[in-house]
Amino acid sequence: MADKKFNPLPGFGLTMGYTLLYLSVLVLLPLAGLFLKAFQISWADFWALITDARSLAAFKLTLGASLLAASVNAVFGALLAWVLVRYQFFGKRIIDALVDFPFALPTAVAGLTLCSLFAPNGWLGRYLVPLGIKATYTPLAIVIALTFVGLPFVVRTLQPVLQNLEQEIEEAAATLGASRLRTFVQILAPTLFPTVLTGFALAFARAVGEYGSVTFVSGNLPYKTEIVPSLIVYQLEEHNIAAATAIAAVLMVISFTILGLINWLEGRVGRFNE
Amino acid sequence: MAGAVKSNLTSGRTAYRRGTEEPPFIKWTLIVVALAFALLFLLVPLANVFYEALGRGFGFYLRALTEPDTRSAIRLTLLIAAISVPLNLVFGLAAAWAIAKFEFRGKAMLITLIDLPFAVSPVVSGLVFVLLFGLQGYFGAWLDEHDIQIIFAVPGMVLATTFVTFPFVARELIPVMRETGSEQEQAALTLGASGWQTFWHVTLPSVKWGLLYGVILCNARAMGEYGAVYVVSAHIMGRTETMSLRVASLYEDPQGGPAAFALASLLALLALVTLGLKTFVEWKTQRNYDLAQQSGAEARPETGRAPA
Repeated sequence: MADKKFNPLPGFGLTMGYTLLYLSVLVLLPLAGLFLKAFQISWADFWALITDARSLAAFKLTLGASLLAASVNAVFGALLAWVLVRYQFFGKRIIDALVDFPFALPTAVAGLTLCSLFAPNGWLGRYLVPLGIKATYTPLAIVIALTFVGLPFVVRTLQPVLQNLEQEIEEAAATLGASRLRTFVQILAPTLFPTVLTGFALAFARAVGEYGSVTFVSGNLPYKTEIVPSLIVYQLEEHNIAAATAIAAVLMVISFTILGLINWLEGRVGRFNE
Repeated sequence: MAGAVKSNLTSGRTAYRRGTEEPPFIKWTLIVVALAFALLFLLVPLANVFYEALGRGFGFYLRALTEPDTRSAIRLTLLIAAISVPLNLVFGLAAAWAIAKFEFRGKAMLITLIDLPFAVSPVVSGLVFVLLFGLQGYFGAWLDEHDIQIIFAVPGMVLATTFVTFPFVARELIPVMRETGSEQEQAALTLGASGWQTFWHVTLPSVKWGLLYGVILCNARAMGEYGAVYVVSAHIMGRTETMSLRVASLYEDPQGGPAAFALASLLALLALVTLGLKTFVEWKTQRNYDLAQQSGAEARPETGRAPA
């Protein structure tokens, strides 16, 4: 309906045409190429490639570590967002600006610094290794790296929602005699939960595809600390194009499913806020 | 309204405070736990990079950075960013203009498609170009016949970087352009400006901060990308190594650790500059918004006073 309205601005054909052309050539065609290649593999071969013991181990590790990292971020990210929005304290602006640091820091640098931090003579490793906590070349190292790269998502998703939250509702609850704990459990938690879930999903999606930081700290040991992106790189370097393609296609389907879920969640949150 | 109600209740202020705030003990526990998390995951890694980089003295640091293969990695990184950022800048402007200023069917779908590269693993972003232009890829045989090398060479690295940084500018610009509306452009056109004049003198100045924000983020990712570039690069020292790749290859070298940190500190510095610029742009936009609010608030009482 709206597109029939008269719009005097020029350039729609030009900009729209360029957008579609650039998008198709740079993004859609290459992605379609991957799926086309995956469809050329026979179903039996495809199934064999992705259910191979090494692939299954990598998928389990990737999804498990990402889930754990996103959960840690959901809890501590929500806490950090709450503290940054509701309280005043020294250094608040610096911490607030630093939340985006994992976004801005190249993943190779993140991997490098985490590796040196948790090495036996590193800043943190010298205390942890004597306790028997080995955070390099173990699944724990992967969870730590994924927590680092996913940290901004929950904080940045939750912050604006917290800022716009009307405190009148909390005041009303307090006036009606609710304790602070009850206000939190019955009013704040249900209101904020969908947003935290969106942040969680964003952090999870980022973690599933992450490669750079993990490859430094994990050691890429097959069956033990090899994540899916590392396995794709390995198969590609061994010239097993079919295996790399099949695994990548599955990884992409997982990523797109999470993306769809996030869009659905955001739509719901948007409706709720209106 | 709410403000007026609150100021009427100043006598009950302490009670109201107690109702919507946590007891001090809980408040400070939350702050300490949140800060400990931020310290551990943000400040410690940041400090560690610079500590390790400068640990062997400034002379070593400079020598590590001016080593020929490292210098050529820095040059290649700058070259790749200098190609892919402007490409995505032009695309971002075109896409934002079409999406923010016009109504059409399938707009939500188009926005989702533009965001697609964010959902793809960096490794897969590289792999798709190997499948297109690699020796066993769709165009591999043809490229080989004509002696054109894309994969394991600079063009492939540029393509992969452009793919990975594709959404940044468009994503930041679309909401900003939508918010400014199109009344000003329509006024300019009515007054006889051409389409290009309107774009240069009306649209561009009104979205410049959003544009800068998008370009900063795009550039940071373009210079720091690892996974996608790793897959399409042959890791040839001095030829197809970017800064991130050079950090990795130095680190794998038993003697290269400190040099890896020296180069990594440059990338960390880039991240800090990015954060600084980002904070500045946010502050600037907020201030412009506040000034606009203020002048609006000042204008109203004056018009109210005028008849009296």
